[in-house]
Formats: sequence, C-alpha cells, structure tokens
Amino acid sequence: MLLAETAAGPAWSWNLITDVQEMWSFPFMVNAFRAGTIVAVVSAAMGYFVVLRRQTFAAHTLSTVAFPGAAGAVLLGISAVYGYFTVCVAAAVVIAAVGWRGGGGGADEAALTGTVQAFLPACGFLFIALYKGLLGGPQSLLFGTFLGITTSQVTVLLGVGAAVLAALALIGRPLLFASVDPQVAAGRGVPVRALSVTFLVLLGAATAEASQITGTLLVFALMVIPAATAQTTTGRPGTGLALAVFLALAATWLGLTTAYYWPYPLGFFVTSYAFAGYLLVRSGRTLHTWLSRTRAPLLYKEATA
Amino acid sequence: MTGLLSALAPLDQPFLQHALLAGTAIAAASGLVGHFLVLRAQIFTADALSHVAFTGAMGALALGYDLHMGLFGCTVGIALLFGALGRKARPDDVVIGSVFSWILGLGAFFITLYTTSRSTTNGHAGISVLFGSIFGLSAGRASAAALVATAICLLMLLIARPLLFATLDEAVAAARGVPVRTLGFGFLAVTGVCAAEATQAVGSLLLLGLLAAPAGAAARLTDRPYRALALSALLAVLEMWAGLAASYAVPTMPPGFAIMAAATAVYAATFLVRRPAGRGRLRLRTAATGT
Repeated sequence: MLLAETAAGPAWSWNLITDVQEMWSFPFMVNAFRAGTIVAVVSAAMGYFVVLRRQTFAAHTLSTVAFPGAAGAVLLGISAVYGYFTVCVAAAVVIAAVGWRGGGGGADEAALTGTVQAFLPACGFLFIALYKGLLGGPQSLLFGTFLGITTSQVTVLLGVGAAVLAALALIGRPLLFASVDPQVAAGRGVPVRALSVTFLVLLGAATAEASQITGTLLVFALMVIPAATAQTTTGRPGTGLALAVFLALAATWLGLTTAYYWPYPLGFFVTSYAFAGYLLVRSGRTLHTWLSRTRAPLLYKEATA
Repeated sequence: MTGLLSALAPLDQPFLQHALLAGTAIAAASGLVGHFLVLRAQIFTADALSHVAFTGAMGALALGYDLHMGLFGCTVGIALLFGALGRKARPDDVVIGSVFSWILGLGAFFITLYTTSRSTTNGHAGISVLFGSIFGLSAGRASAAALVATAICLLMLLIARPLLFATLDEAVAAARGVPVRTLGFGFLAVTGVCAAEATQAVGSLLLLGLLAAPAGAAARLTDRPYRALALSALLAVLEMWAGLAASYAVPTMPPGFAIMAAATAVYAATFLVRRPAGRGRLRLRTAATGT
C-alpha cells in the first residue's frame, strides 16, 4: 500500500470536471472508456436474458474457455481479441450441439463438468508457459486490464457488439416468450430450439467481449450481477433491461476511474461495485418486505383505535 | 536393466523426490475424497473451495501471514460453512456466482497489494497458488504435505463404510444409528484440508480436476463402491506420476498442466469403455448395508 501511494501517480482532487479532463487527456484512458462502455452495454443486455433463462452456468463455462483462447492466440502471435472471439463462439456452438445443460444432474455430469473446467485453465497455463514473454503474466488475462487497448481493438469490439445487439433486438421478443414459458411458446409455433442455439452463439460473442474488460475469471461481474440486480428490482422486461445496462455502465465507469487512480486490478473494482449494488438492492428488498410485514398490523390497529 | 536404471536416474534429484513424495500422497487423498464428492454430488463444493483457496492464500500473504495458514483456514472454514448451510438449502446459482466472482476479484486485489506493497522475492506467489508449484516444494514442506495427505487417506478409509451408508441412504443410515450429521461435517472438513493440500500440487484453478477426474473415471469403470474407491485413488496416483514424468521430460510443460492432461486423458478414455450394465443402484446398496 505504501509503495502504491508514494508512487508518483495521478491524484484525486474532488473536482470532478478537471479529474475527468485529466483522465481523458490520455488516449489509452479514452480507449478504455470506449471499450468499457461498449462491453457494459452488450453484456448487460445479454446478461438479462442469461439470468432470465437460468443459463448462468453456460456463461461460466464459456468464460473458462476464454482464458486458453486468449493465451493460445497470444502464443500464436495473433491479438488476444481474435482468440477470445473464435474460441468462445466455437465453444458456444459445441455446447449448443451437445445440448449440455450442465450444473446439477447426476454424479457423472458433475464429474464431467469439473474435469472440463479444470482442464481448460490448465491448457491456458501451458500456452502462457510456452509463450513466457507475456506482459504481467496470466494475471491481466485472468483479472482484466485497461492498459493498452488500441483503437483497432475498440473498432472490433464495437463491430461485434453492434452485431450482437442487432441480433438480440431481432430475436428479443420471441426469445423473451421462449425464455419465460418454453412450452407455450413452442405450442404457438416459436422455434424454441433455433432460438436457444442462436442465443448461445450470441452469448459466446458477448462473453468474449466481457472477458477483455473484467478478465476471464470475473465475467460474471458485468454479465450476471447487473442483470440479477435489475431483476430483483423490477419485473418489467423493458425497465429491467434498461436498469441492467445502467448498472453495468455505472460499475464499469466507476471501476475504470478507480483503477486509474489506484494501481489495483480493474476486475476487482468492477466486481466490487457491481456486487455492492446487488447487496444494496437485496438488503433493501429484504428490509422492505420486513417493514411491510411489521407495519401492516400497526396501521390496522391505528385505524381501529 | 541399464535402460531401467537410466530411466530412474532423475530420481536422484531432490526436487523430483519431494514432488513425488508429496504428489503421491496428495493424489491418493484427492482420489479418495473425490470419490465421495462425486458420489454425494458435492463437486460444487470443490468448485467453491477452489475460488476461496486462492483468495485465502493471497489474503494471508498480503496481510503478512503465512500462506498456508490462510489457505487451510479459508478452505476448512468455507467447507464447514457449506456443511452448516446444508445440502438442501442451496442458494440459487446467481447468488453463488456473484459471491464467488467477488471473492475472486478480492483475490486479484490481494495479489496486487502483495506484489506492490511487500517488496519480496516471491513475486510469482499468485501464479503458483493459481496453477501449483509442485517442483518448488522444499524438503520440509513436502514431508509435511505428505504427512497431512496420509492422515487424510487413513481418516477416509476409517470412515469409508459409515460415510458410504450415509451417502446412499441417509434416512436408513440415521435410523440404524449412524451419526449422519457429524459424518457430513467431518467429511467436509477433510475436503477442505484436501483442497488446501491439492492447491500446493496443482493450484487452486486446477484442483477441481484432481478431485473430479479420477473419481469420475472410476465411477464409469465400476459400480462397486469399494472397488471404485480404490480405483479412484490408484488412478489419481498414476496420473500424478505420469504428469510429473511428462513435465520432467519436457521442461517447458508446467506440472499442473501435465497432471491435468493425464487426468483428463484417462477420464476421456473411460468414455470409450462400455458402461457396465444396469443393476448399479442395487449393488451399491447391498455393499453399503452389508446385507
């Protein structure tokens, strides 16, 4: 801590406008904010459906694939961005083809899941050991970094993000129907299976995007936590979706600002802000139900008195 | 004969001896514990422990304590917490995922805190906790790990029969006077210790594989619980040896990967073997109750 504080870093001055001006005078910070904004919007929108469809497990598996993907791409001399996208989308296609729900199920499935989830990081570790020269070791891949995001990377993120959002907007209504009540939707002629495959592929792309900001271990922070917070607050799809995007944006921007002033991993800050919001909403809700339960008899007594 | 001798020549190296000593005991313990984890469908607990082990170890380092203290303290504590929450009262996956992703983030924070604030020579502590450092064990550390792992093995063999009974039919076992609850707690505590041990060998990100893969392979190969238990431990030890040998032969290959690759290869190979036909449930039950 001491070293970190005495290092000649930027200082927080409580004057928001000058702070932001100073922060954005660096091109890498501007790029980081651009990339963070794109990623937050895309992953929050996808995450809303992930939580609604109870497919958090698929998101978790896809994010474990992202690490060896990125490490392998770096080893081959390609930008990690392409590694993330190729491997995540490929894994999503495989999961969709196998029809693997994962998580619960029998002992056999649990063992399979455990083995896959341990073997993939092991492969990533091998690639990193073979490559050796990676800046900062595997930590920046695992826990996220905002340094060195180039303009071309932002363009790729924007292009893929826009495509994912456009596809999501196109299938949004039937997907919502199929997620809430698959049987009725299938009965009404909604192609439930095709929708689920499309959704998984989109999820692969979105996971790849989120991995680049939060690191592969902390994808949940942008993908699931804002969406879960939004769904605890409201049951309306439109409001919930907007709230999830807002929360993800807030967590990312606050996280980037804090990470700029404090030399700790970006993933930690983003996760902490998102998680704090979730805790706040959950406890607020608990308090609300508790209050309404205890206050109701009191009001009734006052009315009768 | 000379070929055999030259193949055994690397065993003169102390670091390999330490790795073999600790690795064999840890693998056997993981095989035994993993078998019951798979049977009790508690693999998820191991997943949770792997997240916590990392943060516990890094937190202890960052605050200036011994790494192993944080490691063992956190894994055993969390294992007991899961025991207290109960097998049935499982919060949903969104809550769990959120909590654990925050805990991992905290671990990342501790890593950076440790590497920036305490200017130590141990700059790779984070990586070795995540991915293991079995070739870096000192003589004292290796024998301590082997002792603890052997104790786990003995304890597991001692409680194997009642635990199996309690796992397969909790209600009947409780009625027959088996202390089901105590056994459950005890098993989770042992799992916590085993996870901390395995972190030293293959690292916290990969320990799930060491617990799940041999047990899963054994469960596919045989229906008989005691045979599966022995097979699970045997497979784990063989995979550990294969991994260590491969990693020694090819120095660029990290031991954590080599061990996981061996374990995954064996597990994948069991999918080629035809599963033994039905009647599994019946055999399990007769073996457990001894009737």
